Amino acid sequence: MGVARPANAQAMSVDKATVAKIASLARIKMGDEELERMVPELNNILAWVEQLGEVDVSGVEPMTAVIPNHLRLRDDVVDADPLTGGGKRDDVLANAPAAEHGFFGVPKVIE
Amino acid sequence: MNDFTNLGVKAIRDGVAGGDFSAREVAEAFNAAVAGAAELNAFILTTPDHALAAAERVDADRAAGKPLGKLAGVPIGMKDLFATRGVQTTAASHILEGFEPEYESTVSQNLWNAGAGMLGKLNLDQFAMGSSNETSYFGNVSSPWRKEGTNAAMSPGGSSGGSSAAVSARIAPAATGTDTGGSIRQPAAFTGICGIKPTYGLCSRWGVVAFASSLDQAGPMARDVTDCAIMLEAMAGFDPKDATSLDMPVPAWEAGLDADLRGKKVGIPREYRMDGTDPEILDSWERGKEWLRDAGAEIVEVSLPHTKYALPAYYIVAPAEASSNLARYDGVRYGMRELPEGAGLQDMYAATRAAGFGDEVKRRILIGTYVLSAGFYDAYYNQAQKVRALVSRDFNEAFKQCDVILAPTTPTASFPLGEMSDDPLAMYLNDVFAVPASLAGLPAMSVPAMTNKDGLPLGLQLVGKAFDEQGVLNAGLAIEQRAGFSARPEKWW
Amino acid sequence: MSKYRIQGVTGEWEVVIGLEVHAQVVSKSKLFSGAATAFGAEPNAQVSFVDAAMPGMLPVLNAECIRQAVRTGMAIEAQINKWSRFDRKNYFYADLPQGYQISQLYHPLVGEGSLHIEADEKAGIPEDKVIGIERIHVEQDAGKLMHDQHPTMSYVDLNRCGVALMEIVSKPDMRSPAEAGAYVRKLRSILRYVGSCDGNMEEGSMRADVNVSVRRPGEEFGTRTETKNVNSVRFVMQVIEYEANRQIDLIESGGAVEQETRLFDPGTGTTRTMRSKEDAHDYRYFPDPDLLPLELEDAFLEECRASLPELPDAKRARYVGDLGLSEYNARELTAEVETFARFETLLAATAKGIGKPEREVATQVANWALSIAPGVINALGAEANPARATAEAQAAILDMQAKGEISGGQAKEIFELVLKTGRDPQEIAETEGLKQLNDTGAIESVIDEVLAANSDKVEEYRSGKDKLFGFFVGQTMKALQGKGNPAVVNQILKDKLG
Ligand SMILES: [Mg+2]
Ligand SMILES: [Zn+2]
Repeated sequence: MGVARPANAQAMSVDKATVAKIASLARIKMGDEELERMVPELNNILAWVEQLGEVDVSGVEPMTAVIPNHLRLRDDVVDADPLTGGGKRDDVLANAPAAEHGFFGVPKVIE
Repeated sequence: MNDFTNLGVKAIRDGVAGGDFSAREVAEAFNAAVAGAAELNAFILTTPDHALAAAERVDADRAAGKPLGKLAGVPIGMKDLFATRGVQTTAASHILEGFEPEYESTVSQNLWNAGAGMLGKLNLDQFAMGSSNETSYFGNVSSPWRKEGTNAAMSPGGSSGGSSAAVSARIAPAATGTDTGGSIRQPAAFTGICGIKPTYGLCSRWGVVAFASSLDQAGPMARDVTDCAIMLEAMAGFDPKDATSLDMPVPAWEAGLDADLRGKKVGIPREYRMDGTDPEILDSWERGKEWLRDAGAEIVEVSLPHTKYALPAYYIVAPAEASSNLARYDGVRYGMRELPEGAGLQDMYAATRAAGFGDEVKRRILIGTYVLSAGFYDAYYNQAQKVRALVSRDFNEAFKQCDVILAPTTPTASFPLGEMSDDPLAMYLNDVFAVPASLAGLPAMSVPAMTNKDGLPLGLQLVGKAFDEQGVLNAGLAIEQRAGFSARPEKWW
Repeated sequence: MSKYRIQGVTGEWEVVIGLEVHAQVVSKSKLFSGAATAFGAEPNAQVSFVDAAMPGMLPVLNAECIRQAVRTGMAIEAQINKWSRFDRKNYFYADLPQGYQISQLYHPLVGEGSLHIEADEKAGIPEDKVIGIERIHVEQDAGKLMHDQHPTMSYVDLNRCGVALMEIVSKPDMRSPAEAGAYVRKLRSILRYVGSCDGNMEEGSMRADVNVSVRRPGEEFGTRTETKNVNSVRFVMQVIEYEANRQIDLIESGGAVEQETRLFDPGTGTTRTMRSKEDAHDYRYFPDPDLLPLELEDAFLEECRASLPELPDAKRARYVGDLGLSEYNARELTAEVETFARFETLLAATAKGIGKPEREVATQVANWALSIAPGVINALGAEANPARATAEAQAAILDMQAKGEISGGQAKEIFELVLKTGRDPQEIAETEGLKQLNDTGAIESVIDEVLAANSDKVEEYRSGKDKLFGFFVGQTMKALQGKGNPAVVNQILKDKLG
C-alpha cells in the first residue's frame, strides 16, 4: 500500500490508564478486557497519524471554511420555521425513554 | 410485461410521464424485488406503503393533468442516516433503534417533493463509520457481486453499502448516500454503479445524522451518470436551516450533460500512483485517460503534493468532530437507555453509550476525544486542519492547469466480508484516493470502468473544481459512453 | 479611607476578585433556533428540535443576539472583533442536550474594554476606579434541572436551553466586596441602558461566577476558586467575604487553596465544592464545524453604534455640567433606566410648561423626582395608584409651583389627590382651594391687622430684635390659612416694618 506507516514511530502512545481516562471523558463504559484491546488499536492509529508532524505548516492557517462561504445570520423571529421553532412539546418528548409531566426524566442528580 | 426493475431513474420518470406505465406498477415491481432480496440485508426497514402512496399520488396527478416532479414515479432507497418522519431512523446503531423522528430531513423532503417514493431505509456502516458495511448493528450488507468461482460474501463498500448493494442488485433504481471520506464513491466503485459527492454545502445537512460536520455531504447513487444528475438536481438546494448550505440556484445538470470534452484538460495527479497499488487499478486508470483523450480532452500531469497526508489528517478531523457530534446520544431524549440498578446520571450515560455504540464507533470517539483533549489540540487537531488547508491549496494549484482530475476511486476492488475487519488501519486505507477531495469539499464522482480478473467492478474517480458538478458529470459521461460497462452481478439472492 | 484588607493571624491579606457575568441577551428567539425565550412558559414548551439536540439538527445564528453583544461591547468601549467564531465546549450533563455548549473560546466577539466605578466612601470605595474587562463572548444557556419533583428522578426542562448569553469576563482588578458589588451594579446599569439584558437577577437573567483569591499585599496572585451562578449583588459580596476568609484560614493553618469550582448556599452564606462537575475540566474545545466564522461588516457595526443610547457616565456628566444638578442627584437619577427616563420626560414637560430652559428648572424637577414624589407615593401606600403619576400631571403641579400659584405643601397635597383619584391637578387646586394667595391688597390688609394686634412686638423688632421677623411671617400665614405666597408676604412685611 502507498501510505507508509512511519518508520520512526516514536509516537505519543497511550497506556491502559490513559484509554480508561479517555473512555470516561467520552462517557463510554469499558471493562478491563475492552480497554486492553483498545490500547494497541489506538496506538496503531495514533502512530500512523503522527506522520502529520513532518508537514511544514509554517505560515498556514488552520482551515475554517472548506468552501469559501460567509456565515449567514437569521432574523430574530419566533417560530419562523416550524421545523426549528418551539411550541411542540409533544413532538420533542415523543421519543424520550422517560418523559413525565412534560419533562424529560433522568436519574436523580445530586449537585 | 415489462421488468420494471431493469429501468433506471430517467427511464422510469419518462415512462411514467409519457403514460407508458403507471408509477404504481413500478413501485410494486421494486417493492417485490426488495422483498425478494432479504439475503443482501441492504435494508434495515422496508417501507413499501410509502413507495406505493407516492406512486399513487403521481398517477393521480398525471391523470389530473398536473405538472409532474423531476422524479415523479421513481421509488428510491433512503440511506438510514436521513431522518424520515414517523419512520425509524437508526444510523445503523443500537442506540437509535426505535427512534422515529418527528421531522423529515431536507434532502429526503426534496426528493418526496420531486415525486419520488421510499422503498425503505438502507443499511450502512454504523453512524457512517466504516468502508465495508460490517459495522452496522443490523448486520453486514452483502454485495450482490461475487468473486468468480467463489460464494464468499463480498463487501459492498461503505458506509453507503446498503445503497450500493440495492442499486447494483437492481432492487432500487437509485438511492441516497452520504460521503464523509469516500462513503458514496468507494461503495459505488465496489459495486459497478455511479455515485457523486457534490461540493460541500450543495445538499443540506439538516436532518442527516451527523458524523463529521465539516465533511459530510449527501449525494446520489444510481446506475448511470444521467440518473445521478437527475437525482442530484432533486436533492440539492439552499436550505436556511443549515448554516453551511450554499445560497445559490441549483444548476440544470441533466440538461447540461455533454460528453464532448474538446478544449478541456484532465489532470492526472502524480502522487496517486502509489507503490503497491493493484496493477489492474492502474490499468483502469490508463484506460480512463484514453477514453477522456478520445472524448477530446487533453491529458496533463498535475501534482497534489500533500496527498500522502490527507488520510491521516482525515483520521484526526473526522473522529474529533464525531466525538462531539455523537455526544447527544445519551439516553435522555430519544433512543435507547441503559440504566443499571442504582446508576446515577453519569453512569447511565456511560452504560447507555457502551451498549448503544459498536466497536468502530467507540474507537473513533476515543480517538477524537484523545486528539481534542487538553494539551493535544494543537499537535493533532490544529495541525490536521493546517494540513487540510494545504491539501485544499494543492487542488487550487492543480486546477490552474486542468479542469477536472482523473484518479482511481479505490486502491483495490471489493474484498470478502471479514477479510479486513480485524485491522482498522488497513480498512481506513480503502479511502486513500477518496479522502483528499472530501477534505477540500470538492465535487467528486465514481463511475464504473471495467471488471478485474475476478469479475469484480473497478471505478474511476473524477474530481472537479468547487461548484463544477457539471464538469465532473460530463467527464463521467464521456467515460461511461466509452467504457461500455455492462457487467451485472448474477442473481443469487 | 484606607484600602480593604483582611487581618489574619499572621498579618494582612488582600483579596483579588474577578467576575464572569452571564447576562441573558434580550432577543425574541434563541441564539441558534427559532424557539421563544420568554420567561415562565410551561416546561419544554419553548423547545425546538434544535434545542433538544435531535439527530441531524443544526444551529443557525440569530443576528439580533450578535447585534446586542456588539452594542454591549461598544458601551464598555471594547474592541469589537470583526472576525470571530464559535467553539464547542464538550461535557456531559442533563441540562446540555448536545453534549457541548456552543461558546467562544479562541476568538470572542468582543475583546478588551473597561468599566468605571465611582468612589463611594459610605460603601467602602475610597476612590474612582477603572475595572478592566477581558472579553465578552456569546454562548448558549443550558436547560434547567428540578430535583424535588420525584423520589428517584430529576426532571429536565429545556426552555432556557439555547437562549443567548453574553459572558462578560472582568480582569482580576477588584480588591474588595464593595468594588465587586459596585462593578455588578454598574454593569447591570449599562446593560439595561443598552437594552441588551433586562438585568433581572431573580429570574436568572444575570448570574456571576465569582473568582476569588488572596495574597499578601503586593505579592503574586494566589490560587483562585470559582463560585458559580451567584444571582444577586449581595450574594456576590457574601461569597467574596466568605471565600477570602476561608482561604486565609486555610493558608494560615498550613493548608493550600485548591483551584476548584464551588457552589454558594444563600441559606448559610457559605460556599462548598461542587461535586457534580468534578471531572469536567477537560472541555475539548474546538471550532464548531456546523458554523462558519462570523465576519461583521462595517455597515452592521455602524448601525450598532448609531443605535447606542447616551450611557450612564455621559449622562451623569451632562446632568452636572449642563443641567447644573448636584453630583448626588445626578448619580441617583442616572443609576436606573426607569429613573432617568421618568426624570427626563418630566423635565421636558415642566420646562415647556413654564417656558424656561431645562437648566433653570432641573434642580426643582430633580428634587421632586428623587425625594418629594417618591415620599408622597410611599406615604400613601396602597391608597396611591402610581400609574396616575403621569408626566403631564406632575409637570402641571411643578408648573403651578414654579409660578407661585401653589406652595410646596400644596403641591404635595395636590399630588396626593392625583394619586388617589386621577383628577386633574389644576382642577384640584381650584376646587379644593389649594392655591396660594397672591393678591397684595388682601395680604396687606391681613398684615396690617397682625401688626396692629402686636404693636409691642413691632416696637421690639424696630429696636433691633430681628429674630421677630419670623414671628410676623408665621402670624400672617396663620391668618391666611397657609395660602399666602411666602415671597409676597415677606416683601410686604419688610416694607411695612421698615
Ligand atoms: Mg465561568
Ligand atoms: Zn459561560
